[in-house]
Amino acid sequence: MPPVPSQGLPQQEIVARLQEKLGARALKVTTCAGQSAVTIRPADLREALIFLRDDSALQFSWLMDVGGVDWMGYGGDEEQDAQEWRFEVAYQLYSMEKNHRIRIKVAVGVDGSGNAESVPSVWDLWGVANWMEREVWDLFGISFDGHPNLRRIMCHDEFVGHALRKDYPINRRQKLSRPSEMLLCGRHEWA
Amino acid sequence: MGLETKIEQPYIVTRLDEVVNWGRKYSMWPLPFGTACCAIEFMGVVSGRFDISRFGAELVRFSPRQADLLLVMGTVNQKMAPVLKQIYDQMPNPKWVVSMGACASSGGFYDNYAVVQGIDEIIPVDVYVAGCPPRPENVLGAVVKIQEKISRESIQEWR
Repeated sequence: MPPVPSQGLPQQEIVARLQEKLGARALKVTTCAGQSAVTIRPADLREALIFLRDDSALQFSWLMDVGGVDWMGYGGDEEQDAQEWRFEVAYQLYSMEKNHRIRIKVAVGVDGSGNAESVPSVWDLWGVANWMEREVWDLFGISFDGHPNLRRIMCHDEFVGHALRKDYPINRRQKLSRPSEMLLCGRHEWA
Repeated sequence: MGLETKIEQPYIVTRLDEVVNWGRKYSMWPLPFGTACCAIEFMGVVSGRFDISRFGAELVRFSPRQADLLLVMGTVNQKMAPVLKQIYDQMPNPKWVVSMGACASSGGFYDNYAVVQGIDEIIPVDVYVAGCPPRPENVLGAVVKIQEKISRESIQEWR
């Protein structure tokens, strides 16, 4: 019988450790269904994630998922409507050693012409971030600084725009004129 | 007539179309283009309980160059569309296409940026099968419909 994993640290304690590290740079802490999320700025992302990964009490060894959120036009609550950033990138972390989880959200604003602020890539911390960041870039148009291969991964390579942005027309379809490069074996670099 | 005296074996007089169509009807070789759950239903169609071989179409081919019945089963997205077109183009004439299920026929409930709203935007379709997914009987019904269509065709239509 393998040993039964412990329950890990409670969410409040993980958040407290991160707040101790970041201070006021932890912009917001939200808790929903017993799961806490800490919102930070892109500039603090790598520092926070390296701390979470390497701290001996936390040991978040696994980046489970990276996802994008577009809050444009959201009429949910006043707090959400008042926030000054449009996008968020959410990082779901899990520690296989400690059996606990945390969610980190990065606030991503837009400039005057609607282009999203860029976020530092973390693919060198967790290799899985490579494709996940490509997916966020493909569907939300949030670019990742330092990414080795920031190309489309879900939509085809003739696609224009970013499909999961709230201002992408829901019924706009874009045809692909020839088989996608990814489907042509041997002519594609699988980076 | 005099012909009986020349040929000693029994014989039947018919039209060439009738003979060729009779052969084509009961020896269709399907290519399953399965992209979603409809393809799982197709496993039931070819297996013992429903048994597509009762209709002569049990020899499933995975090369389009050996098939004459294209069964498109499942959601076809924009990225897959040129592949489906290429597979259809590789099939030798005569060939027929069945669009199986809501997604292949109309995009189903995937009314979004990624999904082709019916494969007839890409290739000609002979029979549409309703259902999400269709029952195996519906697929066999489509095979019978194709057979009826074949029996109305002439060999002069296909080059």
